[in-house]
Amino acid sequence: MTDVNIENPIIKVNDLRFFYPGDARAIHGVDIAFPEKQVTALIGPSGCGKSTLLRCFNRMNDLIDGSRVEGEVLLDGQNIYERNTDIIELRRRVGMVFQKSNPFPKSIYENVIYGLRIAGEKDKKLLDERVETSLKGAALWDEVKDRLHQSALGLSGGQMQRLCIARAIAVNPRVILMDEPCSALDPKSTARVEELIGELRDEFTIIIVTHNMQQAARVSDYTAFLFEGNLIEYGQTNELFVKPKNKQTEDYITGRFG
Amino acid sequence: MAVLIQAELDKLKKSLLTLSAEVEEQVQKAVQALLTCDKTLADSVRKDDDKIDLMEVELEEDCLKVLALHQPVAHDLRFIVSVLKINNDLERMADHACSIAERAIDLSRIMCPESPYDVEAMGNKVKEMLRTALDALMKTDSELAHQAIEMDDPVDQIHRQNFVIIRKAIIDNPQMTEVLLHFLSVSRYLERMGDLATNIAEDVIYQIEGEIVRHGVDQQESKG
Repeated sequence: MTDVNIENPIIKVNDLRFFYPGDARAIHGVDIAFPEKQVTALIGPSGCGKSTLLRCFNRMNDLIDGSRVEGEVLLDGQNIYERNTDIIELRRRVGMVFQKSNPFPKSIYENVIYGLRIAGEKDKKLLDERVETSLKGAALWDEVKDRLHQSALGLSGGQMQRLCIARAIAVNPRVILMDEPCSALDPKSTARVEELIGELRDEFTIIIVTHNMQQAARVSDYTAFLFEGNLIEYGQTNELFVKPKNKQTEDYITGRFG
Repeated sequence: MAVLIQAELDKLKKSLLTLSAEVEEQVQKAVQALLTCDKTLADSVRKDDDKIDLMEVELEEDCLKVLALHQPVAHDLRFIVSVLKINNDLERMADHACSIAERAIDLSRIMCPESPYDVEAMGNKVKEMLRTALDALMKTDSELAHQAIEMDDPVDQIHRQNFVIIRKAIIDNPQMTEVLLHFLSVSRYLERMGDLATNIAEDVIYQIEGEIVRHGVDQQESKG
């Protein structure tokens, strides 16, 4: 199933099972380890559990009443499902970018520093600096530097998504989770976000869920193929897309099913 | 998506098999022309080479189209890469057949002298090797491909023996040097055809198993 040996993983998942309300099991005992400062893509047909798995890594699934998690998710060796976990702190360390960009109805500036404001940061100089570095990090600075105090809702779809990435990196997370970040973007904006993922890899660990197989092949270092809540194959992207070991993986990536 | 790309892959395979049949016939005719000193047959080999060049270009263009339009991965990708390489190997093999035909024409001008070595035996070995490699391709059979690869060493051995025979013959009959060099070239072309048949067999193995077996490199070992 997993052919890679990840040394010192940033996230290590042990026998993870997730149940939606009514005991509907969506994840069936998944074991997987994510390497630090690399991009890992989660692929698989609709309903395979890839987004559910992703949302287990910053406990976004806690928001679903009646859902249940069993097993462990270790972030830097610490199980995030322990009773005393500070969820706000967890989500600061494990940021998320969603399918549909979701800027707040505030200025570009306020969007970027939203997380820092919540954390009580008031130092104007630090906030200014963080806005600039985050927007530069998200390859958006040049386009918005003259209108930082205008509403974020005036940005284009691609710019909004990069603003959400800037907002995610402003709090200096360890991991950024991306759930279909380009599915609502045109090819040009998609290319910019993909390019950005390549740059962010130097500083952050990225786990991306994508339906677009070519995108997974282009942006990721590792790929995990999930099917019906099970991890079927996990390996280096350049191996998995040329010589998959599992027949189901082969059939899925070549479009024979799914 | 799968249905569309499968139809394209089937078309590529069909074109490749048509090309391989043409090339096999060219090899057969070239050796025959040399053995029977048949200038007309040799001329037809030269003429038909243009047709093969055209087929090679068309097949390459078709492969590029499928790569660009379908972005294949896994087995589909390996299949197209192997078609591109085998296509190239077949075209070069046809060039060697053409070169043998040219030697046949040259020799027919100097009264069809007898070969100092058994051209027919060597030609048969190479043709058998090519047949096995192409069978492996047609049936996607890695076992047959391995058999074809194993047939290369005896062909190389024959070529080395021919070199020794011809060197001695030139020393003994220097006035025959030109004729003997024609026969040495033929031996060299046949030996190169064996190498190209080996390449084809190796590409068939890559297509099926995903392992690059060229140069005796074991990928797993070299990585480990």
